[in-house]
Amino acid sequence: MKLLYFAWVRERVGLDCENVDPPAGVGTVAELAAWLAARGEGYAHAFENPKVVRAAIDRRHARPDSPLAGAREIAFFPPMTGG
Amino acid sequence: MAAPFTVRIQAEDFDAAADAAALTCGRTDIGAVVTFTGLCRADAGHPDGALTALTLEHYPGMAEEEIGRLVEEARQRWPLDGALVVHRFGRIVPGENIVLVVTASVHRGAAFAAAEFLMDWLKTSAPFWKQEERAGTPGRWVEAKDLDDDAAARWAPPARPDAAE
Repeated sequence: MKLLYFAWVRERVGLDCENVDPPAGVGTVAELAAWLAARGEGYAHAFENPKVVRAAIDRRHARPDSPLAGAREIAFFPPMTGG
Repeated sequence: MAAPFTVRIQAEDFDAAADAAALTCGRTDIGAVVTFTGLCRADAGHPDGALTALTLEHYPGMAEEEIGRLVEEARQRWPLDGALVVHRFGRIVPGENIVLVVTASVHRGAAFAAAEFLMDWLKTSAPFWKQEERAGTPGRWVEAKDLDDDAAARWAPPARPDAAE
């Protein structure tokens, strides 16, 4: 699946986009964030407070318990500050 | 005649008066147009110094789609004859425009309410992030304000099964 990162999540991870193939046990947004957090220092920093990091699945807002099944594009980002 | 319901995400500035005029061009059924423009402000009293610029990052694709969903939600709630949302991205300096919301209806009540709803929800759900430059120091990401969440919460949440909360 394709992952996108925005704002300080992008800066901490050090990438704006990557393709990953998480293991079978990773079935929700929260599980994906936890799996990513264990991938290295930048990821750990980005996901140190998982409650603050928001996610979207295929360009729609998702919740921590949203299932990843069938998702093509998952994005992680801080709370939005537009407008 | 401009398409009656439009979302534009762009780096360029916009002309609020021209966009509002385009929305009502050729129409004789519209009795009320509300135009809201959000500007970048210098915030001069801030302890870290005045703001010199904002850089807005956005999620291309989702930004258009999410605001489009909010416009659809507004159409479900109020009898709108037209709506336009324009949101800029990139580097914006104090005094420049950031966001435009135009709503049109037969009567003012729907136009005012829909414009306020769109702004309140856009601030908390459209995927944009502001980074500040103050006194020439780049780089601090603006934190989301509880005040904005409170403003959005005044309206019952948009009926979306995928809503963030």
